[in-house]
Amino acid sequence: MPGKLKAKIVAGRHLPVMDRASDLTDAFVEVKFGNTTFKTDVYPKSLNPQWNSEWFKFEVDDEDLQDEPLQITVLDHDTYSANDAIGKVYIDIDPLLSSEAATVISGWFPIYDTIHGIRGEINVLVKVDLFNDLNRFRQSSCGVKFFCTTSIPRCYRAALVHGFVEELVVNEDPEYQWIDRIRTPRASNEARQRLISLMSGELQRKIGLKVLEMGGNAVVGYLQCFDLEGESGLVVRAIGTACTLDKLIPGTGSNTITHTNTAPASNACNSPSKEIKEPVFSEDPTHPLSVPPTPLRTLPPSSSPPPFSPSKPCSRQSSSSDTDLSLTPKMGMGSGISVGKEAGPLKTLLRQQAQSALEQREFPFFTLTCFPPGFLVHIGGVVSARSVKLLDRIHNPDEPETRDAWWEEIRQEIKSHAKALGCHAVVGYSESTTICEEVCILSASGTAAMLNPRFMREGCLDAGGSDQRLSRQPPLGMVGSERAEGEVSSSWLGFDDASPPSCGFCHIPYDEFNMPFPAQLTYCYHCRRQKVPDVLFTTIDLPAEAAVTGKGCLIQARLCRTKKKAQGEVNATAISNLLPFMEYELHTQLMNKLKLRCMNALFGLRIQISVGENMLLGLASATGVYLSALPAPGGIQIAGKTPSDLSYDQHISTMQKRINDTIVMNKELYNIHPPECIEEVVGSPIPDRQRSRLFRSTSESSDELSELDLSHGKKDAFVLEIDDTDAVEDIQSLLTDAPMPAGFYSCNTEVMPGIYNWTSGLQMFTSVRVYRLNNANLTNQGLNKIFTDLCENLLKSLYFKLRSMIPCCLCHLNFTVAVPEEELIQVAVTAVAMSFDKETQLAADKALNEGSGENEEQLQFSMELCGESTSSNNQPTAKASGLPESAMTHSSSRVSSSERCSPLPEVRSRSLRSTRSLPCGAPVTVVKMTPLSFLPMTRIVKYLGIINMFFIRETTSLREEGGVSGFLHSFIAEVFAMVRAHVAALGGNAVVSYSMKECVFMENPNKNQAQCLINVSGDAVIFVRESDQEAIPPLITSGQTSTTGADGTT
Amino acid sequence: MSVELDVFVVNTTIMDEEVYQLWLDGYTVNDAVKVRMEGGVLEGCEASAEVLHSDTMDQYRTFQMCERLLHSPVKLANQLLFQIPPHRQVMLIERYYAFDSVFVREVLGKKLSKGTKKDLDDVSAKTGVTLKSCRRQFDNFKRVFKVVEELKGPLVENIRQHFLLSDKLARDYAAIVFFANNRFETGKKKLHYLTFQDFAFCAGQLISNWTVGALDNMVEDMDVDLEKEFLQDLKELKILITDRDLLDQHKSLVCTALRGKTKAFNEMEANFKNLSRGLVNIAAKLTNTKEVRDFFIDLVEKFIEPCRSDKWTAGDMRLYLTHYTNSAHVLDTFKHQVVWDRYMGVIKSCILKMYHD
Repeated sequence: MPGKLKAKIVAGRHLPVMDRASDLTDAFVEVKFGNTTFKTDVYPKSLNPQWNSEWFKFEVDDEDLQDEPLQITVLDHDTYSANDAIGKVYIDIDPLLSSEAATVISGWFPIYDTIHGIRGEINVLVKVDLFNDLNRFRQSSCGVKFFCTTSIPRCYRAALVHGFVEELVVNEDPEYQWIDRIRTPRASNEARQRLISLMSGELQRKIGLKVLEMGGNAVVGYLQCFDLEGESGLVVRAIGTACTLDKLIPGTGSNTITHTNTAPASNACNSPSKEIKEPVFSEDPTHPLSVPPTPLRTLPPSSSPPPFSPSKPCSRQSSSSDTDLSLTPKMGMGSGISVGKEAGPLKTLLRQQAQSALEQREFPFFTLTCFPPGFLVHIGGVVSARSVKLLDRIHNPDEPETRDAWWEEIRQEIKSHAKALGCHAVVGYSESTTICEEVCILSASGTAAMLNPRFMREGCLDAGGSDQRLSRQPPLGMVGSERAEGEVSSSWLGFDDASPPSCGFCHIPYDEFNMPFPAQLTYCYHCRRQKVPDVLFTTIDLPAEAAVTGKGCLIQARLCRTKKKAQGEVNATAISNLLPFMEYELHTQLMNKLKLRCMNALFGLRIQISVGENMLLGLASATGVYLSALPAPGGIQIAGKTPSDLSYDQHISTMQKRINDTIVMNKELYNIHPPECIEEVVGSPIPDRQRSRLFRSTSESSDELSELDLSHGKKDAFVLEIDDTDAVEDIQSLLTDAPMPAGFYSCNTEVMPGIYNWTSGLQMFTSVRVYRLNNANLTNQGLNKIFTDLCENLLKSLYFKLRSMIPCCLCHLNFTVAVPEEELIQVAVTAVAMSFDKETQLAADKALNEGSGENEEQLQFSMELCGESTSSNNQPTAKASGLPESAMTHSSSRVSSSERCSPLPEVRSRSLRSTRSLPCGAPVTVVKMTPLSFLPMTRIVKYLGIINMFFIRETTSLREEGGVSGFLHSFIAEVFAMVRAHVAALGGNAVVSYSMKECVFMENPNKNQAQCLINVSGDAVIFVRESDQEAIPPLITSGQTSTTGADGTT
Repeated sequence: MSVELDVFVVNTTIMDEEVYQLWLDGYTVNDAVKVRMEGGVLEGCEASAEVLHSDTMDQYRTFQMCERLLHSPVKLANQLLFQIPPHRQVMLIERYYAFDSVFVREVLGKKLSKGTKKDLDDVSAKTGVTLKSCRRQFDNFKRVFKVVEELKGPLVENIRQHFLLSDKLARDYAAIVFFANNRFETGKKKLHYLTFQDFAFCAGQLISNWTVGALDNMVEDMDVDLEKEFLQDLKELKILITDRDLLDQHKSLVCTALRGKTKAFNEMEANFKNLSRGLVNIAAKLTNTKEVRDFFIDLVEKFIEPCRSDKWTAGDMRLYLTHYTNSAHVLDTFKHQVVWDRYMGVIKSCILKMYHD
């Protein structure tokens, strides 16, 4: 079915001088789509040409519209020789294909050349007229919305979550084709950029088709990756979660959400005592499961593949499938079925409902990391699988079966792991690869979970929950209704024992008498009715409703392992043999560091293993928190194997003391005060006597942390045996993690638990470092030290550079490691620093610490809140009841207060742009970028489409461009600039869920050359400041009408 | 282990003003790190010199990338590469175009040519301003000069619009351009006591009173050159010293007015003819471009120095010049009142500005 694509080339500015004689340029533009090319006239002798061309019209299939980018090439006309290319702009027109996204692309785009970088800018207008498609057998999927955001996007509600979608397409890499030997680097780079753009388009279209087949209209948590397999080809693959999304009409359904956002200091609700008001708490003497669980081991949960006992709760490695598949536990299936008998009929009912909803799906996976309230029922733990493969040439690009089969295998494994944990679904699911020469490690990980089946069946899911995450907690005014809704949903489910949202997800989904791995279970510290594990590892974000004590922090485990250089099969086997050890050690490190910080749960866990020719790097990042529902973590006890030696004992006890001191210090730092201390101050519905009895039984060890205690065998204590130098090193490294400077917090999740009052100040940054290991003969220990120092130094550097934002939190701090060459380690970080208000934070902390019972302070606090929420409630009312004056003053004052972030001037300038032919004077729109799914103090009013860009930059004059750092610095700055320009052209003022998914850097300093490939993605959005949201809708419409007005004249 | 590559790029480019100043002042990265360490930037941060070095490198690279844009500040506002908040842009430009008064004093009135640029290392050695910074300042002068040279309309306004400078800085640049264009001699030993601000003030006076643009802003020409006709007319003033009657008449008028009002009266009376000859001769010679260059040195030699040796106070000077100017109006045979006022108005304010130690 055809559509009509229209493009108009308006003007250029800041063009480079192409004619040395006149210091000017004779520029013209080629506009290409598919196989059709149009040209503008030559605008002679100007660096700021005004082409003001006619509308170039392309009549094309919508299939092509989805696959192809619009390609704009700016050239310098030369009468006697070939025209010189100045640069290109690729415009993805996908956002124009969805009625709810952008309607026009209009703005200044940087003209990009892969050799010279940005060379001036060009002003372009693009539109699409799409005819309705009624063909059932169509190959296109126009209109399916894509979101990188891994939660239900704000301003939408999920009517239905369909589930996992995946697709991959393969092709030969132009860089490795024979023709590459004879063409210029520029031609080769452009061929590659174009191919990848085409492949991304095709991939998106195919995924869209799958979504339509499932009956959905959107993909959320869309994750697209490239595998540059070198000789064997180029793979572009994507996964996502198909949903049916309903747009929330602003002003009606979203009103309540709006107000949940506006409450700036609703932290008080976070206190544990609120949850205790829940009717669910009751000590049930007849409960058959109230017997305290017998501790199974003093060591943490461990399964037992030889020769160590990898103690991760549930992640297992699958090495190269042909070498040892036997690692995959076979008991998984069995326990999945037998689960539930002992757990009571209700649990079984839930299980059955969920299973029936999920069973028809091949892979009950969800790429979401953040869910509407009630979606997650229980979490089992992290499931992961890895597989080492040998790459071979992809013979037929149209039949990418091998790669499909590889992923299929891994997903099956993940699914069986999840079953072993008594879970029927995997959330926070992601896939990744690492490639070195012909060896490729495929990895997948996620969090096994039980989901509420109603979300899979019919529309009853509300985006309100996900929105509330912004303020983390509903304001007091909302609590009532929220509660009511919670009750409705639980009664709808038919469960009397529906767990309170603040702790329900922690309750074990598996059967405690048939546990997939040994774990210490206790009764939930929150509701006291269900069992919880002693630690919980997940790949998802902390659920908004979770009850957390204190603040969280970034926890990283880092590991380096040397490996002999090898080829082919031998190499693959060597790597697959190393993997289990690496995962084990990473896990141990995480566990130790978690305990050291007195925390009991990890969120956003991401384990990356990267292969190089002679080493493997492992980096695990997560955000540690203290979940109030889980037992207090025991301390770390050091045990020596040879207790006879006195000096040895001395050594151990000093070390023990250091550890204990660190724990005490961390508790203070992260504001972790175990609940019993708090509740003794506050009057709460539970009688003190009873509660203290309850708590005391399990929390003795935490009291002892502060004193030097070497007695072993405390059941909660985590024993580290130092019987060799390795262990000593481990402990040393445990203690060398430098504390964060005052005023800083960090996490790799969306936001930091315990911080609520964000200001609008934020700064997104990307930092890349490459280290050369000069001494070739390094031991594992030495490498570990270097790698750890490297990460620590990078963090220190970040803290220093961002010191002006204090108090602030580095959010979404995700490291990517790579071994680009022998002896090189590359670390890349993209994150956002967000400042928060110290004053209110202090007040909130105080309120939190002093508890929020019915004491006076609490009351005052809530009064203030109510005052605020009513005033914000009044505004729309006043406007609705016909008081234009007040509305006018409101909006004008807001405009002035909103200064640079407000989209108002931007909307105006856009409408001007389309009517005026010479927009040179228009100010550049400020575009905010963030890896998070939201911007604090703002509300996203519209999603304009996905940004998915791939750039190559090459230089043959590396020294002249300031060396490798100068080269990469300007390239990253250019990538930011191009992302901002595309967002601004779509009419947006921010990119959310931004990520740099690929940064491949290669250098050859001897030849003075370097090349870099960067892939970035995100969601283009329009946001409004929370204070001026009512003023926006009319303005947007006026903007649109004026644009259509301009259309009429053209 | 060595760091091969180390970059940090932010979405909203915010530069550290201190580091920017160090960069502008031509410090090397290592020196800048030293200065920052001594400045105590690391206090309160648990950071090492290494971290500081990395940060300084990042900022220096950013400045270098921005430098191209700073050469045409208007571009800075609508370029897309760096997202810089407007108030920061203003700061970047203003600081980039700021100059050291010791440096400008050395090149003021010199031709902004390659030859002068070659001698900058001497200037650097003499002033203590780093060569890098000298080059930047020199290039700034030259760039501004080249741009406004071709433009019509008021000089200060042109500079302000094309370089987005503050009014103060735009005026200073106008002075620099004006001096460079007319090649006024400022380097003679006798002129050393004068500061750049003295000259800038005088330049302002000359620009607003003696150029073509001074009378009519709409004139096609610009106000970098002195008005030819006016300079021709100045020759007519010679009658004040060549006509003996007129000279005596003028003297008696001035002396009558000054008598009893100043301690230096006797010296004034004695020197009147010399001083008057000095000033009128300066006026008469201005048609000759070479003499124009010596304008300031002439003022000092022919007028300021004699007065200073007679120990006139600033008040004496003002009094004398006021009456000297006004008395000419009473002379019946003196017909060139308008030219006289236009000449003396500038001369008076210049001398008053220049009359100090």
